[in-house]
Amino acid sequence: MTFKETLANQDWVVTCEVAPPKGVDMKHVLEEAELLRGKVAGINVTDLQAAAMRVSSLATCSLLKQKGLEPIMQMVCRDRNRLALQSELLSAYVLGIRNVLCLTGDHTTLGDHPDAKPVFDLDSVSLLRAGQGLIEGKDLAGNELESVPTDLFLGAIVTPCADPIEPQIYKLHQKIEAGAKFIQTQAVYDVGAFEQFMKRIPEVKTPILAGIVLLKSAGMARYMNANVAGVTVPDDLIKEMAEAGEKDKQAKAEGKKGGHKVNTSIEIAARLIRDLKPLCRGVHIMPLGWGHHVPAVLEAAGL
Amino acid sequence: MIASERKPLDEILGQLEGEANVFVVACDGCSAGCQVSDPDHTEQMVKELEEAGKTVTGVARVEMVCNSGLTALMLARHLSSVNQADGLLVMSCGVGVQSVAAAVEKPVHPATNSIHLGGFQGLWRSEARCAQCGDCLLDYTGGICPYTACSKGLTHGSCGGPMDGKCEVDPSIPCGWERIYQRLAALGKADRLQEMPLRLRDFRNMLPMKERRRTSLWALELFEEPEAAEEAG
Repeated sequence: MTFKETLANQDWVVTCEVAPPKGVDMKHVLEEAELLRGKVAGINVTDLQAAAMRVSSLATCSLLKQKGLEPIMQMVCRDRNRLALQSELLSAYVLGIRNVLCLTGDHTTLGDHPDAKPVFDLDSVSLLRAGQGLIEGKDLAGNELESVPTDLFLGAIVTPCADPIEPQIYKLHQKIEAGAKFIQTQAVYDVGAFEQFMKRIPEVKTPILAGIVLLKSAGMARYMNANVAGVTVPDDLIKEMAEAGEKDKQAKAEGKKGGHKVNTSIEIAARLIRDLKPLCRGVHIMPLGWGHHVPAVLEAAGL
Repeated sequence: MIASERKPLDEILGQLEGEANVFVVACDGCSAGCQVSDPDHTEQMVKELEEAGKTVTGVARVEMVCNSGLTALMLARHLSSVNQADGLLVMSCGVGVQSVAAAVEKPVHPATNSIHLGGFQGLWRSEARCAQCGDCLLDYTGGICPYTACSKGLTHGSCGGPMDGKCEVDPSIPCGWERIYQRLAALGKADRLQEMPLRLRDFRNMLPMKERRRTSLWALELFEEPEAAEEAG
């Protein structure tokens, strides 16, 4: 089933992201994707995430497609102008890729080539508009296409726990107006804040999948609070992770088996998923290197 | 010098929709040299506004509108007519428009498109920059330029990067779109962020076009008379 069909037919859907390697060995990313077979509605492939040079989302999505998996190609506006972006949408389509998540992208200065020229000829909204235009048979300049990628399925992101929230809501409306048919969100740790966000947009019928980022440690949670926009990990979750970390340290000192941190992380993610279930149409899991723990998260969440 | 040309009347009137009373700020610097905001063309602008049914509450000529201190001083002399206005129409480059926006809590509208840097620049307000995009959108954005205030030059709102209102590129820089949002919210116009028209930047506007080469402002740079440029062109 395509991601679009799953969204139309199921009340609750799960997606998960994988990241291409910095190099040419695709074994690890394909193994991570394989773990998700039959468990998720779509697999997002990040596009030079954190502005670091690596294998493209397009190539990785194509490999997933060949293996019968359902890729969701992420596309950022940092590295290509409007010709290249539109061309890549067509290229993805001819390779069988249908789902595209459109993002603005981190700035080049945050990545591993900080001296590179940032493009941003388009942004998330105008990229969605470009994709929607292709679906309707025209490129951004208004030229007719000889054949049309009618089944392209476009999505966008939103940061639901940002402060202030109004600019996010304004832009979400722009994105939906421009052609977004599904929404995946930035990480949610505060279910109350997410509920408030959902209450503010009752008119939005586009399916929203809440973002789940696996917490790896208390340190990571504190780092995100200090450095990641619109993400706040509540103190009680940090405390839970810190206590699990202490238990691991103690176990190591006593020569016993640890794993408390991993278990706690899985438990927290599963709890968040269960709490989010009545509020939205699904979750989007971003494991950030912990892809091998995702099946356990889904199991613990009862999915 | 920042070369500029006047926006078409229809576009200007579109910006001024719902604003019956308009105060005009005209620069006596670069844009006057481009024959956009010199006394004759300013008078012409006022006439066109009045013919379109607008009430012009006053006109301030400022030596260099980009000089924000001077602009604030000159506007203070016209305080009551500025207060009577629903919005200000600024006949200057994009830097001047941002300078006026910083001085008054009212909507400001650019009467010009800034095209390119000529021989020398006027004063830069340190936090205001004009990219000479040739398609001034300061009207939409509360008098703060997203091409220069946003590190990514985005035209449809903030990216996901700003942290506590600061840019992801440099935490010492405020997020340009956060500034735009705050400004529009203060003017009671934040709603327009929801329905912003699709803005695709036309990079040709930054090139000296054939038609522009024939205009007086281009000739001004070449130190030729317009007629001479036309014959040569």
